[in-house]
Amino acid sequence: MNENWLIQGARVLDPATDLDAIRDVHIEEGRIARIEESIAPDGLSVVDASSLVLTPGFVDLHCHLREPGFEYKETIATGTRAAVRGGFTTVCSMANTDPVVDSPATVAFIQDRAKDAGAARVYPLAAVTQGFGGTQLVEMAALSDAGVVAFSDDGLPIADARVMRHALEYSLLVGKPIVNHCEDPSLAHDGVMNEGLTSLRLGLRGMPAEAEETMVARDALLARRTGGHVHIAHVSTQGSVQIIRAAKQQGIRITAEVTPHHLTLTDAIVAASLPAEDGSSLAYDTQAKVKPPLRTEADVEALTEGLNDGTIDAIATDHAPHSTTDKLCEFSDAESGISCLETAFSQAYQLVQDGRITLQTLISKLTVEPSRVFDLPTGTLAPGAPADVVLLDLTDSWIVDPLAFASKGKNTPIAGTTLPARVALTFVAGRPVQVADGYEQRGATQT
Amino acid sequence: MPLERKDLLDLDDFSSGEIELLLETTAAMTEILSRPIRRVPTLRGKTIVNMFYEASTRTRSSFELAAKNLSADLVNVSASQSSVEKGESLIDTMRTLQALGADMVVMRHWEAGAPYLAASWLNASVINAGDGWHAHPSQALLDLYTVQERLGTIEGLKLVIVGDILHSRVARSNLWGFGKLGAQVVLCGPPTLLTPGLLGIAENLPGVSISYDLDDAIADADVVMMLRLQRERMASGLLPSLREYATRFGLTQKRMQRARPNALIMHPGPMNQGVEISPELAYSEQAVIEEQVTNGVAVRMAIFYLLAGTSERIA
Repeated sequence: MNENWLIQGARVLDPATDLDAIRDVHIEEGRIARIEESIAPDGLSVVDASSLVLTPGFVDLHCHLREPGFEYKETIATGTRAAVRGGFTTVCSMANTDPVVDSPATVAFIQDRAKDAGAARVYPLAAVTQGFGGTQLVEMAALSDAGVVAFSDDGLPIADARVMRHALEYSLLVGKPIVNHCEDPSLAHDGVMNEGLTSLRLGLRGMPAEAEETMVARDALLARRTGGHVHIAHVSTQGSVQIIRAAKQQGIRITAEVTPHHLTLTDAIVAASLPAEDGSSLAYDTQAKVKPPLRTEADVEALTEGLNDGTIDAIATDHAPHSTTDKLCEFSDAESGISCLETAFSQAYQLVQDGRITLQTLISKLTVEPSRVFDLPTGTLAPGAPADVVLLDLTDSWIVDPLAFASKGKNTPIAGTTLPARVALTFVAGRPVQVADGYEQRGATQT
Repeated sequence: MPLERKDLLDLDDFSSGEIELLLETTAAMTEILSRPIRRVPTLRGKTIVNMFYEASTRTRSSFELAAKNLSADLVNVSASQSSVEKGESLIDTMRTLQALGADMVVMRHWEAGAPYLAASWLNASVINAGDGWHAHPSQALLDLYTVQERLGTIEGLKLVIVGDILHSRVARSNLWGFGKLGAQVVLCGPPTLLTPGLLGIAENLPGVSISYDLDDAIADADVVMMLRLQRERMASGLLPSLREYATRFGLTQKRMQRARPNALIMHPGPMNQGVEISPELAYSEQAVIEEQVTNGVAVRMAIFYLLAGTSERIA
C-alpha cells in the first residue's frame, strides 16, 4: 500500500508549528517527512492540492461509536467512516457502551475492532465509576495502561461531589483527565430542552442553564482542591464560559470543549425547525433534542468568545448517532443527540464565514488544542508526526443529506440546509481513506 | 367559507380573522342546539375518532356530542383499552386509525407536542384536545365564545387568569386567543407557578402582564378565570400548603368586589371548591362555568364543520 506521497501546492495551515503558507508536503511511510516551498516529485505519487487548504487531521475528543452493545445505532466501522468523511482522523470514543468501558477487556475489544475495521484512529475513554454506578471508582491504573486517554461517566453526570473529588484525586496517579457532563440532576429535573421562552411556549419541561453552571463551578473548585485535571464536556452556556474563564485565570487545571451545534443553533429550532421542502415547518422536532440542550443567542455568542480568548480549548462533536425509531416518537420520549461527524467542520466553518472566528482558530480548536487536552500524538504536521492530514476546499458548498451519511445515525436537525466548505481528501497514516465526490482527479484514490 | 387548514393544534398561529370565523360558526351551531331535535346531517358518512391518552370527562363527552349532533360516526378510543398498552407507537396507532378510515382524530395526550407528531403523519385532520402543558385550543375557543356572548366583545376587556399558569395548557391557549382579539391579559399566581419568563411568550401580544398579587390584578377585571390547582404541586416543592395558596390566590366574594360589577367568573373545571374558588362564587350569577360546558359542544361542532371543509350548508 502506498504511504509515500507528495502533496503539492496546498495552503498548509498547522497551528502546532505556526505555519500558514503555500507548501509541498512529503509523506513517507505514513509519517510527515518534510514540508518545504518546493519539493521535487522524484518518483513520488503526486496529489494536486492547489486551491485547497491542508491541515492536520481533526481530533475529536468526544464521540459515540456505540460498539459494543448498540450496533444498530453505529459501529466502529461506520462511525470511523463518518469521521474521516468529516475530516476527523482521531476520535475519542465515549464509554457508554454495553458493557460500559470499565475493564481492560472492553478497551482491548474496541482497540481490536478499530484496528480491523476502523478508518480513523480510535482512542477509548473509560468510565469514572464501575458500571456507571456513580460510586466506586474504576481501576484507573489498569485502564490507563490499557490505553484509555481519559475517564468519563458520559451522559450520567457525577452527581456526588465526594465521588468527583476522589476521582480527581485518584486520577493524579495516571495523569489523565476526568471528563464530566455537567448537569445537576435535581435542577435539570427531567427537562427535555433549554428552559426559556421556547420551552414555556411549547409546554415542554425545561432545564435551566444553572443545572450546568452549578456543576461546572463545583468541578472547578474540586480541581482546585485536588490538583486533578477536569475537562468539561460540551459547554453550552454563557455562565459556564465565565466560570471556566475565571478558573483558568486562577491556574486551575480545567479544560473545555464545545460542539458545532451549540456554536451555531439555538433552542428556537425546537419550536419551528428549518423549513422542510414543502415549506412547512415542524414544531417539536426531535432531531433538535440534544443534551445539553440548544440554548440562546447570548450563549452562542459567549461560546464563540470562549473559543477566541482560549477559555474553550476544543471543538468536539459529541457525535451521537441514533436509529430512526429512537427519534420517531413524542418529544419527551425521544433519545437525545445529533449525528454530526460529517457536518461538524462545515457547521463550524460558518463562524469563519461570518467573521466571528478566524480560520486559524477553527483549525487550532480541531487539531493541536484537543490533542493537548488528552495528550495525544496527533494534531500536528511536525516532521515525524503521523501523516494524518486533511485537504479542505473552502470555496465549495454542499447540501446536508442524512441518507448519504456514512454514519448509521441519520439524526440531524439541519437536513436539507446548505453548508459551506468541504472535506475533500483525508489521509490517515499516509493512506487516503477518504476522497470526496468531485476530487478524484487530484491524484489519490480512496483505499 | 371553510377554514384553510387541515388541523387545529393551537391558536398561536391563527389570525384574528380565523378565530372570529370559528366564533361566528359557533353561533350558528348554538342555534342548532336550541332546536327540539339537535341533529343535522352535515357530516353524515364522516368518521371521527376520539383518541384519549389521558383521562377526561367533559372534553371527551363534549367532542362526542358535537360529532353526533353533526351525524358523524364516532369511535371512542382510550389508551388503556388500545394497543398502546401493548407498546404500539403513536405513529403506528395513528396510521392504523387512518387505515380504518378516520377523517378526523381528536387527540388528548399527556405529552406536549404529541398532536403535532400525529398531524405530520396523518392525512386526516388532527384536533388537539389538550397536550401536556402546551395547548387546549377548543377550550380557549369556548372561553372566547362564552365571554363574547355575555359581554358582546373581547377587544379591550381585562382578563385575569389565576393559578398554576406554568403547568396550564388552558392558560397558554387563552393567552393567544384573548391576546389576538385585543384583550388585556394579566397572568396571576405564585412565583413558582408563574415564572417571569412567561411574559416573553406573549412578546407579540403587548397587552400581557404578570402579577403575584391577586388583589391588585383583579382590580377592574372584566373576566376572572380560575385554574385548577393540582395537589401534587405541594409534594413537588412548588407550594408550601393549600391553605397559603387559598389565602393568597383563592377567589372570594371580597376579592371579587374589586372587579367590575358584572365581571364574569370562569373555570375550565374540574373545580377545587374552597381552594381556588369559594362555593358561593362558583354557583353565583357571575359564574359562567356551566355555560362554558354547554358552549363547548357548539364550539366543537364548529371546529368539525370548518375543518371538514364541507360544502354542505349547516341548515
